[in-house]
Amino acid sequence: MTTQFPVTDGTLPEGRPDGATYDAGTDKPLLEIKDLEVSFTTRVGEVKAVRGANITVYPGQAVAIVGESGSGKSTTAHAIIDLLPGTGKVTGGSITFDGRDLVGLPHTEIEALRGRDIGLVPQDPMSNLNPVWRIGTQIEEALKANGFEGGRAERKERVAGLLAEAGLPDAERRARQYPHEFSGGMRQRSLIAIGLAARPKLLIADEPTSALDVTVQRQILDHLEVLTQELGSAVLFITHDLGLAAERAEHLVVMFKGRVVESGPARQILADPQHPYTKRLVASAPSLASRRIQVAHEEGEVSDELLAPEPGAAPQGKARGGDVVAVRNLTKVFTIRGGRPGASTDFTAVDDVTFSLKRGHTLAIVGESGSGKSTAANMVLGLLEPTSGVVEFNGVDVAGLSPKEQFAFRRNIQPVFQNPYGSLDPMFSIFSSIEEPLRLHRVGTKKQREARVRELLDMVSLPASTMRRFPNELSGGQRQRIAIARALALNPEMIVLDEAVSALDVLVQAQILELLGKLQDELGLSYLFITHDLAVVRQIADQVVVMQNGKVVEQATTDEVFDSPRQQYTRDLLAAIPGAGLEGVEIAS
Amino acid sequence: MPDNRIETVPGGRRPRPGQEHFAAELDEGGLGAVDAVKVDDKPSSMWRDAWHDMRRRPMFWVSAVIILVVVIVAAFPGWFTDVHPRFDCELAKSLQGPEPGHPFGYDRQGCDIYSRTLYGARASVLVGVMATAMVVVIGTAMGSIAGYFSGWFDVILSRITDIFFAIPLVLAAIVIMSMSENRTSFTVALVLASFGWTSIARISRGTVMSVKNNEFVTAARSLGMGRGGILLKHVLPNSAAPIIVYATVALGTFIVAEATLSFLGIGLPPSVVSWGGDISAAQQSIRQAPQILFYPAAGLALTVLGFMMMGDVVRDALDPKARKR
Repeated sequence: MTTQFPVTDGTLPEGRPDGATYDAGTDKPLLEIKDLEVSFTTRVGEVKAVRGANITVYPGQAVAIVGESGSGKSTTAHAIIDLLPGTGKVTGGSITFDGRDLVGLPHTEIEALRGRDIGLVPQDPMSNLNPVWRIGTQIEEALKANGFEGGRAERKERVAGLLAEAGLPDAERRARQYPHEFSGGMRQRSLIAIGLAARPKLLIADEPTSALDVTVQRQILDHLEVLTQELGSAVLFITHDLGLAAERAEHLVVMFKGRVVESGPARQILADPQHPYTKRLVASAPSLASRRIQVAHEEGEVSDELLAPEPGAAPQGKARGGDVVAVRNLTKVFTIRGGRPGASTDFTAVDDVTFSLKRGHTLAIVGESGSGKSTAANMVLGLLEPTSGVVEFNGVDVAGLSPKEQFAFRRNIQPVFQNPYGSLDPMFSIFSSIEEPLRLHRVGTKKQREARVRELLDMVSLPASTMRRFPNELSGGQRQRIAIARALALNPEMIVLDEAVSALDVLVQAQILELLGKLQDELGLSYLFITHDLAVVRQIADQVVVMQNGKVVEQATTDEVFDSPRQQYTRDLLAAIPGAGLEGVEIAS
Repeated sequence: MPDNRIETVPGGRRPRPGQEHFAAELDEGGLGAVDAVKVDDKPSSMWRDAWHDMRRRPMFWVSAVIILVVVIVAAFPGWFTDVHPRFDCELAKSLQGPEPGHPFGYDRQGCDIYSRTLYGARASVLVGVMATAMVVVIGTAMGSIAGYFSGWFDVILSRITDIFFAIPLVLAAIVIMSMSENRTSFTVALVLASFGWTSIARISRGTVMSVKNNEFVTAARSLGMGRGGILLKHVLPNSAAPIIVYATVALGTFIVAEATLSFLGIGLPPSVVSWGGDISAAQQSIRQAPQILFYPAAGLALTVLGFMMMGDVVRDALDPKARKR
């Protein structure tokens, strides 16, 4: 193979340097994984992470492996290029790439293959670029490692070409910048540039856009698609998002617990899933679902035998209907410290935001990172002091409460946060975690509190024996249930769900959303639902507030927003939902 | 695999070989309930896991036995010898070798070395434990307040920490001890602690700053819990691990520091039996009778080794990231 890469001008990517072309119709697979077994050695013995996986990729084709965390999808991909972490080892089967079996190949030969024939776009753009090196240097490094011959000047030119090709404007200047000067999307573009630097025949994209905002995600995936098509590279997507996979790949491989449970043409799998797991996955993928989880909208009976609100403890306004929370002209300005004393700048995180939440309803605040949605939520929770504007709870201005009234007010609004691993104190048993609000607010006797904890665990569908356990023994979804139980302990009227399901696997996410719907129905709760994921909004919200750069750009009922969005930004967000382009397919449900 | 091919291809090209629609047989166990809680395992927490981890390591048992023996000897030296280290001395036996009932022989003053070595443990352990306890209290208080309240508190407390950090521990102790009239185990520990708390302050400030950003702290705030309550209930317990690790290692260094001061003659007075003092006294006769130097030095080395090893084991158990592979 010649090693002289042609230089592109950034707009017209050329094919492989050796002049090989990939006939899309060729019947010789580029990558053929047969009965692959991968195991890890742990303290308790050998654990099989992948069992008998079969995957075939043809040249120039896009194939996606779909699965939840721990399904073995990343392990399979990493086994191809011998990048298994820790004690991982291929214990059986074969991986044939371009006619060669890669299993048991010496390190030097695999290394020669990496980058040159098989490129990798890793998952996390924040940690996969070395922060002390310029972007350009890191791409040059990739070129050098893959045998780029040519002088310094040529290399520099090539780097600029690659960055431009990856969709970064002003590439020459960008190449001299450091990773921290790049946004997440730009970093991911640089990683794509590195992955494609040597024009590999196969590009492995491991959750390439999970860390990015939806609109950026869409742009990058579009660009990647065009680029790999022009270069003739095959792409192996690793993703948890069935919608994204079906939209971007022609062939799907669904993995579950280390096994390939179903594989086949993408549309066929969506329309006619055979394996029970795939059926469940298709039915619960938020990006494909279009129905609202059924919730009775009339206020249900509030079950409060044990925790009847003490008279005078909270601003009482339990009139039926009406607004639980009304926010008017809410503004928050942060002062950002400058380089020298006194040189500070103001940053308006939330700018003149007005919305209200009806009792027993769900209001979703949607926006990308930095839109100010979490800041707004924190002000509603009373954790942040608004710079100006009013937060009214049951018609009472929260800012005017005395410290004692404020303490009582806390009972009425409770939060559930995004990170299931950070929201429970690891030192507290589940019992102490759920009991803490009751203890703090001096509710009931010890015995009554224990009964209440049991009742709460039952409400979130966890066995009562869970209460003796510690958070580290529970999965993300279970922890989120505990966090919901803790939030419910004081019988609040309203719960602020700050990206509460964003970190969960699809099936677990569906379960939690269903649980939230059920609880709303039973307890007449009102939800303020903060999320970046419009697909989830459709499943749970009645009203939607779309935020961008601290401002509300659109506010309407969920149906209105989805059927006839008025703002371009909302339309962009809607179009960016993975799977939105799959309208022609009849989804099984 | 070919057995499970599904032949329907609705309105599209035929899939290429190897890419036909395939569905696996259902596993014997089925899918199971999504996300069910494992109810059969024993409950575990970080501390329980750490204990489970530690007790499987031989180093833990070796150091635990050493520490246990040293502590028992320090508390009840009378259980192991009837000879008094200071009053049962006979000058006539100066520098004599071992004899029945006196296994280590005699020092220059004619005192029993075995007895003096046993009684010397008390001073070392006492100073080490007291100094460590004081250091943990002062350091954790300074560090956690600075880290938790940040702002001006942090600026002032951190600068104070920096100033103390710049003063060498032994040098400061020498200066202060040589001025002090009344020298007891407590004063030695106090002096060591007042210059030795800075590392713990820095460690606890760092961990408190990272722990306080956790969402469970925000959750506690939105319950209406006060700042002090959150610090004591949530933040400190979660910052304890690195402090405990450092304290275990620090105990060894304080024992060494006490021996250093006593060796220099400005630690404990001669009326208190201590290894440092005995090592100092033994250096005059090191050519004629090296065994006089050997026993207190061995006692000191073994004790310090015990605590250092324990510190290592505790660190490995509490901070799996630092574990050597």
